[in-house]
Amino acid sequence: MSAFMTKSLKKVLGAVAVAAALAGASGAYAAGGAEHPKHVDFTFKGPFGTFDQGQLQRGYKVYKEVCANCHSATLMSFRNLGQKGGPFYDPKYKNPNDNPVVKAIAAEFEVPDIDTDTGEDITRPATPSDNFPEKYPNTYAAAAGNGGAIPPDLSVITKARHGGAEYIYSLLTGYVTPPKGLNVAPGQYYNPYMAGSLATQWDGDPHHVPVGGVLAMAPPLNQGAVTYDDGTPETVDNYAKDVSAFLQWAGDPHTTLRKKTGVAVLIYLFLFGGLTYAAYRQLWHGKH
Amino acid sequence: MSEHPSTYDPKTGVEKWLDKRLPIVRLAYDSFVDYPTPRNLNYWWTFGGILSVCLVIQIVTGIILAMHYVPHIDHAFASVERIMRDVNYGWLIRYVHANGASMFFFAVFIHMFRGLYYGSYKAPREVLWILGCIIFFLMIATAFMGYVLPWGQMSFHGAVVITNLIGSIPVIGGPILTWLQGGFAVDQPTLNRFFSLHYLLPFVIAGVVILHIWALHVTGQNNPAGVEIKSKEDTVPFTPYATVKDGLGIIIFLFLFAIFVFFLPNSLGHADNYIPANPLVTPAHIVPEWYLLPFYAILRAVPDKFLGVVAMFAAIAVLFILPWLDTSKVKSMRYRPVMRWFFVIFVVVCLALGWCGAQLPDTPVIPGLPSFNLIDGAFNSYLWLTRFLTLYYFAFFLVIMPWIGLKEEPLPVPASISEAILAEHAKKKG
Repeated sequence: MSAFMTKSLKKVLGAVAVAAALAGASGAYAAGGAEHPKHVDFTFKGPFGTFDQGQLQRGYKVYKEVCANCHSATLMSFRNLGQKGGPFYDPKYKNPNDNPVVKAIAAEFEVPDIDTDTGEDITRPATPSDNFPEKYPNTYAAAAGNGGAIPPDLSVITKARHGGAEYIYSLLTGYVTPPKGLNVAPGQYYNPYMAGSLATQWDGDPHHVPVGGVLAMAPPLNQGAVTYDDGTPETVDNYAKDVSAFLQWAGDPHTTLRKKTGVAVLIYLFLFGGLTYAAYRQLWHGKH
Repeated sequence: MSEHPSTYDPKTGVEKWLDKRLPIVRLAYDSFVDYPTPRNLNYWWTFGGILSVCLVIQIVTGIILAMHYVPHIDHAFASVERIMRDVNYGWLIRYVHANGASMFFFAVFIHMFRGLYYGSYKAPREVLWILGCIIFFLMIATAFMGYVLPWGQMSFHGAVVITNLIGSIPVIGGPILTWLQGGFAVDQPTLNRFFSLHYLLPFVIAGVVILHIWALHVTGQNNPAGVEIKSKEDTVPFTPYATVKDGLGIIIFLFLFAIFVFFLPNSLGHADNYIPANPLVTPAHIVPEWYLLPFYAILRAVPDKFLGVVAMFAAIAVLFILPWLDTSKVKSMRYRPVMRWFFVIFVVVCLALGWCGAQLPDTPVIPGLPSFNLIDGAFNSYLWLTRFLTLYYFAFFLVIMPWIGLKEEPLPVPASISEAILAEHAKKKG
């Protein structure tokens, strides 16, 4: 009886330990009232996934021509675009500051500076070492230009939202006509993927408040609005996928190196562990 | 073991010279080489070594992070991202440090549950246990202040919620709060002092860890049989036996650690902390890191704010008096057929409290089930589930432990460690 109980208890304890690890890993946080993001087969998913450079380049184009009209990404510098794993990485230019494509991209932006001769505030074309500039001089200007809402900086947006790139994709492609009974103020747009609480704007059955929320961003993507040079169909779906992939890269630009390092580390630990286990077996033989 | 005589024999002239002046090599030899270790230790005992590794990892990565981090409300968030993007292998250092905190707590919880199950807190190891409780409390304080440093939304609003708890103390709470925050709100002075203390406390922890190991080596290690070492037959030298076993435990632990760092680096954190702190926008749902959720749940279970704070601190304080709450003469729950089931329930309750800490109190536990109002909330809600769990948490220490210890009839305890090993062999064979 006691042997049985000890054994079953061991099992229970083992299961409890595993459950603890999993409960932590799955992030036991309550989610907001929003639709679960759509599933997208991004190339960067999984432990061996990598970014598709062509997709990152297209994504940058969508970012530059659409998102950047209102949003900033100030934690990024232009040289990041040309670093290993980045959209415009070219093995010929180990130092991304020398990459002509990156130089040309940077020169399309004006950044604030000071004229060293006169001491006056000026702007000049950016160089690869500059960060992406702020879109607005301050948050008040940002709010004033966008119906009271401040467009969030997109540098780490995929890390700052549950669902990451899939959430961005779902939001961009998820705008629908608000259900009957939902009062959406002018300048606001209903999106079931936006986290929010719509109870106060809902006239219908209080037990069936629609999921999602409203946001001040109008559906930003339109078919054909951005020209793709590589023959990829210019659809809203592709735009959304590509820009989500780009923002995923922008949020964590060393992802590929991280995963590669991780595989090497795990293989090393596995072999080291095997050797140690063999040593342990031999050493403890007959001792316990 | 206190009676264990030193067997260190300095061979070279330099060793002999040093041994007469500062016997530090002797100390290391007696503590980590020739130290007699119970032969029957299982893998739950490798977590002591694992925790030492955790502390070293946190201190080393933390020192490097501090070289690049800027403790200023306007620059902290960007400086952390700069570390991730531009510092060579900064992403690795920062992800190791951030996930390392979770790993540290994961290991310390197992270490504590192990101590609880095998009665490692009982005489003569009371001081050893209390030192461990002090380390745990310091870890919580350090982790909380560390979480504030990236100055994201959860950092800021978490700091507001937790520091404001102090303000609920009658009369003196207000002035203490102002003193703690360095002003009338969480702001630059708060961030700066949290950074200072977050750098200081790990070294305080390291100091208490030394005391913890000292106390351990005075009493000797407990073991799964819960009987003291009687003869040389009961032990093996720490090196190579325990070092190899601990080494294997550490490697397996690092494997789990690496999976999080390299493949799921943000899965244990909250997405909101990648939004820069904004005092004017409160996150919909403020939650601490997973390892503090059980205590957060206990805090919220009590309707009165001040009493909630008292309950939260009491949940940790009760651990300090645990050696005197357990009335059983048997250490190991292996030989305590009733108590060990209460222990299993206790582990489940702790995990469930963690789960509840992440839920909104009003959310029904079983959606769709009819409910009724009990005093101040629906019966079928996390509020009431948390309350029952909290009740068990305290009852386990204050009622079950003293009571079962007196009532329970323990199984026969082996006379010695070697006898326990022989009994196990016999069981395996037949």
